Amino acid sequence: MKLNNLDMDLLGSIAELHGIPKGAINIRRDGEAVIRQSSPNIILSSKTGNNPGLLVEIKPGTKNETVHVPVILTQPGFQDKVYNTFIVGEDADATIIAGCGIHNDGHGSSRHDGIHEIIVKRGGRLKYIEKHYGEGSGEGTRVLNPTTVIIVEKDASAELEMVQIKGVDDTIRKTEAHIHEKGNLKIVERLLTQGNQQAESDIEIIIEGAGGAAQVLSRAVAQGNSYQIFRAALIGKTSCLGHVECDAILMDKARIKSIPELMAEDAEAVLTHEAAIGKIAGEQLIKLMTLGLTEKEAVEAILEGFLR
Amino acid sequence: MLKLENIWMQIACESGEDKEILKGINLEFEQGKLYAITGPNGGGKTSLAKVIMGIYQQSQGRIYLNGEDISDLSITERAHRGIAYAFQAPPRFKGLTIKDVLNIAAPQAESLQQRKYLRDVGLCPEDYLDRDLGPGLSGGEIKRIEMAQLLLRDNSLSIFDEPEAGVDLWTIQKLITLLVSSFRNNPAKTALIITHNEKILPICDEIIVIEDGMVAGRGSASEIWHLIKDDIECKVRNQCQGEMLYEIK
Repeated sequence: MKLNNLDMDLLGSIAELHGIPKGAINIRRDGEAVIRQSSPNIILSSKTGNNPGLLVEIKPGTKNETVHVPVILTQPGFQDKVYNTFIVGEDADATIIAGCGIHNDGHGSSRHDGIHEIIVKRGGRLKYIEKHYGEGSGEGTRVLNPTTVIIVEKDASAELEMVQIKGVDDTIRKTEAHIHEKGNLKIVERLLTQGNQQAESDIEIIIEGAGGAAQVLSRAVAQGNSYQIFRAALIGKTSCLGHVECDAILMDKARIKSIPELMAEDAEAVLTHEAAIGKIAGEQLIKLMTLGLTEKEAVEAILEGFLR
Repeated sequence: MLKLENIWMQIACESGEDKEILKGINLEFEQGKLYAITGPNGGGKTSLAKVIMGIYQQSQGRIYLNGEDISDLSITERAHRGIAYAFQAPPRFKGLTIKDVLNIAAPQAESLQQRKYLRDVGLCPEDYLDRDLGPGLSGGEIKRIEMAQLLLRDNSLSIFDEPEAGVDLWTIQKLITLLVSSFRNNPAKTALIITHNEKILPICDEIIVIEDGMVAGRGSASEIWHLIKDDIECKVRNQCQGEMLYEIK
């Protein structure tokens, strides 16, 4: 099926796709897979039953391959829900580029609920990128509710980069992770809210295996009257390392609530957190102005870097 | 090229009273010269630099750059007129890389120039360009990056606020050599260096001593040693309870 300019613009924003790449890809538009192709090492198929969606299987030992699975909503008021499962085989090394873009020119609310289950098998390595973006002239809201459950098996590692670029009116993000022996997980989350938008992010990481490690880096910018809640819970059940870092820039009349939570169930669990919420430091603005930027340009440069 | 005419500046203290930081400074700086500004801590050196850059606003007096009254111009406007200031304690940025800031400092500069100036301040471009200008860098590294930004910008008036602070002894000599090659005998550029460093003072064409918000002395290195020795040294000793800030030779 042919993709139009609007589709390609959305795909460019969320997945930096400017054409259809070779290799494994599944593009879901308004609830249907419009393009699907597998590669020799990455097999895509449909899941049926009560939880329909996509099954992505990355074969053991696969090296340096990428699979794109973006979702776009272009019909105003469309409500979409999908259950996807990703299995990264033993000793595989792969990148998954997901993400969702909504274009809503209508009055009804457009909404996508993506429920992702990710299993990184023993010794596997995964980079997972998920960008969310909303646009359109309609009064209808653009709602994105991603749920991600990830299991990082023994000696495996995963990095989840989850970004809300802009234009999402309401989001409830739930991320649950289970880390086995010597497994390693890094979550980088960047959220921008503007106007009256609301964002809630709830991350829970359970480090179950000895030598496991987890790191959560959250950067948030709240502008206008927007509101964000960030909760990150680290649970260390054994000898492990865990760190949560939340930095937030607050502007205008926006509000941010940050709730780090640490639970150590073993004396050898080392869990730390740090959080900082505040406006852009005046000295940062002045510094960039001495280099020739206006105050407005300095704010834009700082925010762009902070959320990159 | 820069003229400061009766510059006064005050700040509000916690007590609610205003305190005069600068008290009628009159100075002229010629194009193509390298100046040192020195004097006891708290004397007003950094405040004077920030008034020139437009970060602080003078309560009285006028500032002229190449004959133009820039007293009421913004920081950005002064930057566009060729004034640059390297901070004493540069701020850090989460998310902005060194390359980002060099691009902001000099949008037209090519990558080769960025790399050259990083090397000139003793930093390997491959190791630093993509690093965050954030908490992971030491104070000395930040100061060297600050100097690279100013040199890359090609300003007509560059102000360095204690460029040696936090920099290791080996690199200080490198920075001094760089300052000499960039500003000595360069008719297009003027530099003001706020410093207490006894190795930087002699490389300057002229030394200005600022004390208690006023110009306490001005002259060549040989002339000002005497002034500093006779006039400043004992006060510095007293302020520091016998500990010298810098050695006079």
